[in-house]
Amino acid sequence: MAKQVFEGLKVAEFAWTGVGPIPGTYLASLGATVVRVESATRPDPLRTMGPYKDRIPGINRSGFYNPANTNKYGLALNMKYPRAREVARRLIEWADVVTEAYTPGTMAKWGLSYEEVRKFKPDVVYYSTCMAGQNGPYAPIPGFGAQLTGMSGFSVITGWQDRTPSVPYGAYTDFINIRLAILALVSALDYRRRTGKGQYLDFSQYEGGVSFLAPLILDYRVNKRVANREGNRDRRYVPHGVYRCLGEDRWCAITVCNDNEWQALCKVLGNPEWSRSEKFATFTGRKKNEEELNRFIEEWTVDRSPQEVMEVMQKAGVPAGVVINSEGMMKDPQLQHRQAFGTVKHSEIGEHVAVDFGSGFRFRNQKPEFRMPSPCVGEHSEYVCTKFLGMSDEEFAALFGEGIFE
Amino acid sequence: MGRDRENQTLLGAYRALDLTDERGFLCGRLLADLGMDVIKVEKPGGDRARNVGPFYRDVPDPEKSLYWFAFNANKRGISLNLEQADGRELFRTMVSKADVVIESFAPGYLESLGLGYASLSRLNPGIVIVSISPFGQTGPYGDYKASDLVVTALSGYLTLCGDPDRAPVRIGFPQAYLHACADAASGVVTALYQRGLTGEGDHIDAAAQASMAHATMDTLATWTFLGMNVKRVGSKRVRPGSDTITPAIFECKDGYVYFVLYGGLVGARGNQALMDWMDSDGLATDFLRGIDWTKFDLYAPHVDQNYIDRIMGPLGEFFKRHTKKELFQGGIQRHIMVFPLNDTKDLTEDPQLAARQYWAELEHRELGDRITYPGPFVKLSATPVRLGRRAPLIGEHNEEIYVGELSLSREKVLYLKEIGVI
Repeated sequence: MAKQVFEGLKVAEFAWTGVGPIPGTYLASLGATVVRVESATRPDPLRTMGPYKDRIPGINRSGFYNPANTNKYGLALNMKYPRAREVARRLIEWADVVTEAYTPGTMAKWGLSYEEVRKFKPDVVYYSTCMAGQNGPYAPIPGFGAQLTGMSGFSVITGWQDRTPSVPYGAYTDFINIRLAILALVSALDYRRRTGKGQYLDFSQYEGGVSFLAPLILDYRVNKRVANREGNRDRRYVPHGVYRCLGEDRWCAITVCNDNEWQALCKVLGNPEWSRSEKFATFTGRKKNEEELNRFIEEWTVDRSPQEVMEVMQKAGVPAGVVINSEGMMKDPQLQHRQAFGTVKHSEIGEHVAVDFGSGFRFRNQKPEFRMPSPCVGEHSEYVCTKFLGMSDEEFAALFGEGIFE
Repeated sequence: MGRDRENQTLLGAYRALDLTDERGFLCGRLLADLGMDVIKVEKPGGDRARNVGPFYRDVPDPEKSLYWFAFNANKRGISLNLEQADGRELFRTMVSKADVVIESFAPGYLESLGLGYASLSRLNPGIVIVSISPFGQTGPYGDYKASDLVVTALSGYLTLCGDPDRAPVRIGFPQAYLHACADAASGVVTALYQRGLTGEGDHIDAAAQASMAHATMDTLATWTFLGMNVKRVGSKRVRPGSDTITPAIFECKDGYVYFVLYGGLVGARGNQALMDWMDSDGLATDFLRGIDWTKFDLYAPHVDQNYIDRIMGPLGEFFKRHTKKELFQGGIQRHIMVFPLNDTKDLTEDPQLAARQYWAELEHRELGDRITYPGPFVKLSATPVRLGRRAPLIGEHNEEIYVGELSLSREKVLYLKEIGVI
């Protein structure tokens, strides 16, 4: 197999939780050597979140952490010890890239801020990601992606008009920010490759999140219109919704984007009498009577499996898609075609499904690989110190005796 | 022009030809924010996507789409008709001098015009082409028709959002293609990095379904580890293993806030501080005052739904009496995690975004106005990242690019305009 694009690139990863480590996972999947620095005394919060393998809790058993941190080496360092910080500095000396995701000021407290690192490594590419950025009144506030999703504006526009907003599932803004971080990081690496210059990348997940609502923000700026929730409706399309199908909590999304698709939908439904009514003949009429239209459609879908609805609609040229769950995802033929998931064998929990963060964009000339599982905390402390940092066995043993590798 | 600007920005050394419709705009915008010279290519008369609203002052004009403004800022623009042979020839000339092509046509369309990767890479072996589509260029869904809602349904994400007693509901502004665009841009810079090592370009196949699927992250493990499909819970929090339901979104005086009741050490300090605050409003009941928050365990048998409700009742009442700002600021001071559900108006007034100088004002001379935009998505130390220009008008840079950079004569350009190529 040809050389992977990031082979030889070295990353010192101080980043943790849902966003920070993922660019490292991405680089590692394409050949980079990534060392994740952690401490069992203060584990990555993702390690303390389930689901756990066999429902047995443990910081090396998390289904949240393990699928997302493959291909990395684990170095345990208790940063309260000065000697640990020295080792951290040596790691940074070894590395080409530094990543971190702590509350602003934390790395500085350990003498490892960008300004400090620059002094001994002028071309370092160093990124920080956190909730609100490195400066400003919210910089010191702790918060997670779930809180940030609401603060970034996504929650008030999600849900039904007659009810409290629904939360978009999970730490939604994390998934925006993961991609933006990968983009900027790789761009900075390319820039350094061409110019020899490194730099500091200061990410605010709040800013990244908000950027995915830009047109709505402009609508307020210019037209003073505040976006609100409208269920599954869309101003430009009708019908446009999620329809109940046969079975327990089974649904299919159907959207009609032009008159041709409307005709096609009616044909699939067998051109029932209601569909020939004047009031549904035009887009305007369909929009005006949208609720009634949705009820008619659902009377048809409710007797059919979502799979059948999707297939028969798609065959007729109408956009339709089964609302799939996790089980459906694993079986989805298109996601399988893209090899969206792989398996790895983890030291403690054995074989499990891992996530390929490059599955959204496939190359012709290169392919991410799962070479290693996620590390247990400190799994490779000795290996990293002796093989990467050049410590003698004696030196490592002495430091180990001081208890810094925990 | 040209060489000078090359290394002033991260990606200023590269040029992209952006053929996308509304599903692909953001890719070029992100690359342009980092300095790439992105040229938006539209068919003569303007792209259909200029009809996507909302519109400036609600005037339905192809030069006033706020969607176009938002995601095509920082790009220059030319008109070009690829359906005509002269147009394709001109495009090929441009490709020979470009680094990146971004497209979101139906899979196979560009190939049918003789402009697929095989053909363009013969012309320019270093060319990086990224194709953005709902499901991918190949595969069982390759020919499927799509919309944001359909893609989100098939990504596995839609099922997780909304109230359990109603249909799943999507985020109220289309997101799936935006994720695909950010992924596509990541692919482009990775391919450019590789090109620096090998000299060869690449063809990237970006798919919205696979991109959006990542947002389901931990739920996939809940299936693969525990054999359970996570169910949507709307605005509440359900704890598997404890059977209690706690609201997570609370109505407040001027909107909503997000607050999660944590147990144990995580919640102790904040919960106590919250009770003290409620007390000053006269809302802390005897029951609440009697709880030792350092020992509060959400999984303890006596903490049943009734117990939870006796906490949530007064809490809900308390939140109703205060505004989002009061609760958030008061929470910060007291170390309680209460976050506002901001709407778009709130975002424009947010002190953090202002302090970070996140907003960027762009001049729109054609409107006689200046509009404040969300700024670039990252701050860099060594190279500037800025919003430098508004989105292009139809064919705005035809002269600058065709005449000024490609050295076509003005006569030729006028002629090509008249025959509908430009």
